[in-house]
Amino acid sequence: MIEKDAFGFFVVLAAMTAVVYVTRIAGYWLIGRLVIGPRLRRMLDALPGSIIAATVVPTLVQGGPRAIVALTATALVMIVVRRDFFAVLAGVAVAAGAFAFGL
Amino acid sequence: MTSPEADPANTTPDTANPDTARWTFAGFRRGALDVLPFVPGITGFAMAYGTVAARKGMTLFEALLMSATVFAGVVQMVVLDSWPETLTVASVAGILALTALVNARYLMIGATLRPLLGGEPARKVYPTLFFLVEPPWLMSLRYYANGGRDPAHMLGGGVAMYVTWVTMAVPGFIAGASVGNPKQFGIDLVMPAFFVAMLVPLWRGPRRSYGLIVGGVAALATDILFGGFWYLIVGTLAGCFAGVFNDD
Repeated sequence: MIEKDAFGFFVVLAAMTAVVYVTRIAGYWLIGRLVIGPRLRRMLDALPGSIIAATVVPTLVQGGPRAIVALTATALVMIVVRRDFFAVLAGVAVAAGAFAFGL
Repeated sequence: MTSPEADPANTTPDTANPDTARWTFAGFRRGALDVLPFVPGITGFAMAYGTVAARKGMTLFEALLMSATVFAGVVQMVVLDSWPETLTVASVAGILALTALVNARYLMIGATLRPLLGGEPARKVYPTLFFLVEPPWLMSLRYYANGGRDPAHMLGGGVAMYVTWVTMAVPGFIAGASVGNPKQFGIDLVMPAFFVAMLVPLWRGPRRSYGLIVGGVAALATDILFGGFWYLIVGTLAGCFAGVFNDD
């Protein structure tokens, strides 16, 4: 139950808002302050792929057979067709089909 | 990333002249349209949040205020779930530590936006970053890779997600019911599927993709060993450092 102390609630909300906003701007701000040499350049180039892989691989495994089949279909369609819209559509369709089959 | 000719729909008139087309309404609208595939998923999530908020005894105003200020779905759900019996300095510090941990991935996501927004004035960039969430981030990376240069694209996607997230908590709060099982239609996998689709063009052969490989493996190992939200931070950092060894 949320405590019925409205003042406390608003204080926590304001603090949470500040923390979340700092996470959104701090990375952008910090990179702008750094002198970017070749080493850091490579790290930054690798960053989007690292974030995306780190996000999706545990989903793939935790999601079980249904997620594995669906996301494999997405990857295959993407490799062949190179259009993310169709790749995502294929993945979602396979996920819905797998659900119907009880996966 | 995909080559420009791979997605002709992304070549809009406002991106044809990248030196002048900045912060246009056309770019904003294009960003908002690009995140449309994520709307069903966010709607389901927002309704679930509304339901949980009602069950936890929040007023509708409090629930919507939290969505409108914090604007971070996973943070809101996790914090509601672990809301303390009484607010003490220690329990508030715990809430804020959890908030920072769950959202720490945005430190990295924000860093990737330097090439896209770095040349823009701070008075426009920092308000735009308030609306930074994953769908507009993904779509903006794609838009940029395809030659798009209007920063309003990110803002448009972010605002579209914001409006969806705040308003769709209302039916969840009032009805207190979920929209059925999102798994039935595969809606829960829209976001992971977009991530996978983005990985394909990011793959540049094993010797130039250490970040991707190490990031994925480290995240998986951390998830299995420790659970929680650490896997995003550990995986991303490990991948980022491994990227130093990529061949040019």
